[in-house]
Amino acid sequence: MLTIDASILDAIVAHARRDHPDEACGLVAGPVGSDTPTRHIPMVNAERSMTFYRFDDREYLRVAREMDDRDEEPIVIYHSHTATEAYPSRTDVSYAGWPQAHYLLVSTRDPDVTEVRSYRIVDGVVTEEPVRLLNASQDAVQRYMFGHTPVSVEYECPA
Amino acid sequence: MSIEVRVPTILRSYTGGQKVVTGSGDTLAELLTNLDAQFPGLRARLVTEEGTLHKFVNIYVNDEDVRFLGALDAKLNDGDTVTVLPAVAGGAGELGPAGGAGELGPAGGAGELGPAGGAGELGPAGRAGAEPDRG
Repeated sequence: MLTIDASILDAIVAHARRDHPDEACGLVAGPVGSDTPTRHIPMVNAERSMTFYRFDDREYLRVAREMDDRDEEPIVIYHSHTATEAYPSRTDVSYAGWPQAHYLLVSTRDPDVTEVRSYRIVDGVVTEEPVRLLNASQDAVQRYMFGHTPVSVEYECPA
Repeated sequence: MSIEVRVPTILRSYTGGQKVVTGSGDTLAELLTNLDAQFPGLRARLVTEEGTLHKFVNIYVNDEDVRFLGALDAKLNDGDTVTVLPAVAGGAGELGPAGGAGELGPAGGAGELGPAGGAGELGPAGRAGAEPDRG
């Protein structure tokens, strides 16, 4: 299960919308071993493509060092698909090199509703997982579609 | 001659869990051979059977991606730091078999064009080729 604050997901979706129709990519760092995404880091898509993405070499090295200095690791690695569903492609699976990360896919193919789905990708095997959204507003619940397979979504609304 | 090598999580099963290891070599190729002697199997995760660097890893010498330093021929000096990171890449585009659209090229390089039938464009200098929308 991916547990993520609604403000971070909003920022990820805003990034994907901004870069549409190019794929957007980035990560959310969090303390090592915490499984808690805390720091959103949108990254440059060095491919600048509608169908491929790649972290820029230099930016990635800088961010990786920074995370290391702060005792963080990538908790969420995300990218968007701009014309297809929010499901990992074979390319996505072949490149998944952070086995402890949640791979978040965002589809911006529909202008009004953003599809958000999360996966674990370990040893080439994709497993979809539920998304638990913290501090969600009613608005987020209506604007996002969290998968259409048997995955549950839990919302925690502010008290 | 001592080179500090920083190893990503996914490869630490080869280094007994160590995040930082030490090796030696005048070139990246020599260093990887040296590391493989210490940590069997590690080199195969970084170098393909054809003898090229795997596209699934980024290797840096100090601040530079080794693809700009001659890849496996990159020269190393005592005190250098080599950092290995899993490449983060992908996208909706499918890498087809021979005849498919071009692969992701290295940073700054043109994407490889597939044989007849591949429609990948070469982008301007400094950019990888743009892929056609494959719907």
